[in-house]
Amino acid sequence: MPVSVSVSIPTLLRPLTQDQKRIEIEGATVRELIERMDSQYPGIKERLLDGGEMHRFVNVYVNDNDIRFADNLGTALKDGDNVSILPAVAGG
Amino acid sequence: MMKLPPLVEPTATLSKEEVVRYSRHLLIPDVGVDGQRRLKSARVLVIGAGGLGSPALLYLAAAGVGTLGIIDFDVVDESNLQRQVIHKVSTVGQLKVESAAAAIRELNPHVNLELHTDRLEPEMAVQLFAQYDLILDGTDNFATRYLVNDACVLAGKPYVWGSIFRFEGQASVFWEDAPGGVGLNYRDLYPEPPPPELAPSCSEGGVLGILCASIGSIMATEAVKLITGIGEPLLGRLMVYDALDMTYRQIALRRAPDRKSITELSDYQVFCGLNRPLGVQDSDIPSISAVELKALRERGAHHEVIDVRERTEWDIVHIDGARHMPKSPSLAREIEARFGKDTPLILHCKSGLRSKAVLLELQRLGFSDVRNLEGGILAWVRDVDTTLPSY
Repeated sequence: MPVSVSVSIPTLLRPLTQDQKRIEIEGATVRELIERMDSQYPGIKERLLDGGEMHRFVNVYVNDNDIRFADNLGTALKDGDNVSILPAVAGG
Repeated sequence: MMKLPPLVEPTATLSKEEVVRYSRHLLIPDVGVDGQRRLKSARVLVIGAGGLGSPALLYLAAAGVGTLGIIDFDVVDESNLQRQVIHKVSTVGQLKVESAAAAIRELNPHVNLELHTDRLEPEMAVQLFAQYDLILDGTDNFATRYLVNDACVLAGKPYVWGSIFRFEGQASVFWEDAPGGVGLNYRDLYPEPPPPELAPSCSEGGVLGILCASIGSIMATEAVKLITGIGEPLLGRLMVYDALDMTYRQIALRRAPDRKSITELSDYQVFCGLNRPLGVQDSDIPSISAVELKALRERGAHHEVIDVRERTEWDIVHIDGARHMPKSPSLAREIEARFGKDTPLILHCKSGLRSKAVLLELQRLGFSDVRNLEGGILAWVRDVDTTLPSY
């Protein structure tokens, strides 16, 4: 059965997702999820990845757990997981 | 979550006037006279008297923090007043530290103020921070934020951090030397800054003014908690606030798996990619000044002005006759389809950085005559048509 998760999109990336704040998407791992997002919303992958790794100024959380402390892009997803993307912001 | 001992000893005593002024604090058992004396004994440095600094300074002053240092080199601008509530119409044009100091003196004359009107630089940051118990970071750019982080690590000081963009804000407490080995610093959250063209700024993307109060008040609260040793500090947690959903989320922070220890300060302009915009020297980028563009238009020379800013920016102000084509992954192809590669093009954004990135892409595609408007539309408003609004 395909794994469907809810991804919350940060303000900065919403121009790429037609201003959607949350999208439902399938993927068994975070890497698969990003590939699938990019095919639906082109351009999002290069905002998240640098070569094969996450940019060091963007964090991804699966149910509020930082994937850097799990399996990074290989982190497995379960049906109904909440994934959030949080890029660094410096405004003040 | 954890408790930390109070950061500041209660050495100062309270006058009769101060007892009256702070009585609503003194009545709270967790604060009491002891806590209020700690606040009076505390020395807090606020970096930036802007969006976050304004509410934080006002509340820290009202709360009775004994010594407030303020560092900011900027002057008050009319466009600050939508959110920087410490400043007033009557202080537009003054140094922000002077304007903030005047407001604080009106609010609480018991606060001792230390004003620093220089830009925070690596040469003096550690020595400056060493004179304070706690640092509060309300700056607006990555270069200063990494400098503040690293200098706090080297000075062994805790710092309260917050940042804002549009309707969303974040806050946390970083303290590498925190008791019990639980310390971390901002690089554990984000090891590196984004390149400048991907770094969001409130001056281009906007910010809900009230968001400054939402995040600034969290920051001031954390400062008071650390000083007095009450409650559970945000150390090791990131608070993420969304004003539109009206939600607060907490994310646990940990030391980054590949962290490097910070042993010295570096060049933060270079670290943030600011000295080498997109790997190209400025002198390699064909450009035109606002005054030259005006002359070119008056001569009736063939050209197209392309404005790559967002729709909201265009609606605020635009150059008559310019074409609005917002920056997007497909912009270069759209420009080629509309104008070909040989039409003389002049690109502009707000201040010149975003249009520079588009220009480089057009150059790579073989466009023959593209120039960047130096200083963007801000330069046009300043040097050519002062009747237009700035932002």
